[in-house]
Amino acid sequence: MLTLLVTWAKAAVLEVQEYVRLQAATWRAAVTRPFYVHDVVEQFEQIGIGSLTVVVLTGFFTGAVLALQTGITLDQFGARPFVGRLVSASMVKELGPVLTGLMLAGRVGSGIAAELGSMVVTDQINALRALGTDPVRKLVVPRVLAGFFMAPVLTIIANTVGVVGGWLIAVFQLRVASSLYWSSIVEGLYFQDAWMGLIKPFCLGYVIVTIGCHVGLRARGGTQGVGRATTNAVVASSVSVIAVDFFVTRLLITLMY
Amino acid sequence: MAVETRGAAVLEARGEVQAPVLVLENVSLAFDEHVVLRDISFTLLPGHSKIILGASGSGKSTILKLILGLLKPDSGAIWVNGHRADAMSEPELMQVRSGLGMVFQEGALFDSLTVAENVGYRLYEETDLPLDQVRQRVEEVLGFIGLAEYIDRMPSELSGGQRRRVAIARAMAAKPAILLYDEATTGLDPITATTVDEEIVKLRDLEQVTSIMVTHQLRDAFYVATHEAVRRDDGLIRIQPADERKCDEAEFIMLKDGGIAFEGNAAELRASQDLYLKTFLS
Ligand SMILES: Nc1ncnc2c1ncn2[C@@H]1O[C@H](COP(=O)(O)OP(=O)(O)O)[C@@H](O)[C@H]1O
Ligand SMILES: [Mg+2]
Repeated sequence: MLTLLVTWAKAAVLEVQEYVRLQAATWRAAVTRPFYVHDVVEQFEQIGIGSLTVVVLTGFFTGAVLALQTGITLDQFGARPFVGRLVSASMVKELGPVLTGLMLAGRVGSGIAAELGSMVVTDQINALRALGTDPVRKLVVPRVLAGFFMAPVLTIIANTVGVVGGWLIAVFQLRVASSLYWSSIVEGLYFQDAWMGLIKPFCLGYVIVTIGCHVGLRARGGTQGVGRATTNAVVASSVSVIAVDFFVTRLLITLMY
Repeated sequence: MAVETRGAAVLEARGEVQAPVLVLENVSLAFDEHVVLRDISFTLLPGHSKIILGASGSGKSTILKLILGLLKPDSGAIWVNGHRADAMSEPELMQVRSGLGMVFQEGALFDSLTVAENVGYRLYEETDLPLDQVRQRVEEVLGFIGLAEYIDRMPSELSGGQRRRVAIARAMAAKPAILLYDEATTGLDPITATTVDEEIVKLRDLEQVTSIMVTHQLRDAFYVATHEAVRRDDGLIRIQPADERKCDEAEFIMLKDGGIAFEGNAAELRASQDLYLKTFLS
């Protein structure tokens, strides 16, 4: 029992150590030459454009359901016209970043782990090194850059679409005047909220992609290993999204409010 | 440098004039408790070939990965083209690797890239060669292995044998001095396997590439050891049985239980009375 615990603890420490080492290597590689521009562009496309549909759909329905639910609650206080305020505040501060993050964990985190994992088990990573290429530069750096910069962009899109979804419900279901909805959105949005909503997705994008890369590059044991790595990547990055969201929120509240 | 003196010592002992391009000295490696290689030593002279035999799991691929610096030995030394490869950092190793070409077991082609991009990978990504010259070299290399018409295919659209040959093309494209073949013929039908063997012989004899061939298929091992390629006066290439002197340039190594169980040429291997060798050969 005790030995089992020790083995587990050792494995966990090793895992964290490797994760930190990969990040250090990534930062070093990101600021020195050679820099694979073509791969960076490709990953921005893959991660950014590729995730657009999922993010837009998620954002839309989240905004719509928020309007529906808060509409009922607000009715109890006779405050229905404030629906826009609640939609925008929850969307921008919390739901936009987290749900976009979760979608990216499912789509991007798993995709990266599967791709890099299969490259490991088929010796393609070794082949890259044998051909004189550092796999971190060629594979990890482009993905991390794309995740870091595209997550905020996607989050902003999700927020916008969500607010529009809320508007549709507010106007056609709750019968709130369109102008009232928009003015309450603007009123409900504080400067700090916007900052919080913008800073979070940078962190989430970074965490999702680095976990995907780390888990993928540590895949062992054939096709089965790749499957395991993919599942692990989704689980680990989803949980991390929620956890990191909490800690970043905590930190930003202390700093800004 | 230390290697020069070491090379000289080896040469004196053998009465030869060339410096070895590859020296392994008492190399040992274990994964956790499992000892894979124990005190492995051998040298390889330029233009010669080394054929590594052994059952699967005996550490053949591991030796090649050690030579490339993809793995580090627990102890011992590895010199590649005069550089002490085992003591180098990853960035330093990139220089050493430019003199090496590796054909991985199963090919390890990049499946997101076309055949041309695979073959020209090093030239496209790691050199400043103009694109049209890279393309020219890719066409030349694919022509050499007889796959010119597949240049714009994806690896998934190739057969196993074709993929193996593209892997050879990729390894040789940047003109390395040493080529490492990891079971390049395993799983191929005898006819395709012979085509691959002929490529190996051609590269060795016509381009003076030093080769290490890992295999457990004796037929291919003996074929490569006992044939030579010559360019005839009319420019055609002919593969023919090699004379005795040429045969001596191909040395066999048999791995067993982490050590070298046999070292010698094709004739000596055939004549060996060792029981394990005999079961392996039969
Ligand atoms: N990365 C690794 N981790 C642990 N064990 C390994 C690793 N690579 C190889 N091995 C073990 O080393 C031994 C030799 O492997 P290998 O060199 O691939 O054999 P082969 O002669 O078939 O090419 C095998 O028993 C294998 O299980
Ligand atoms: Mg092997």
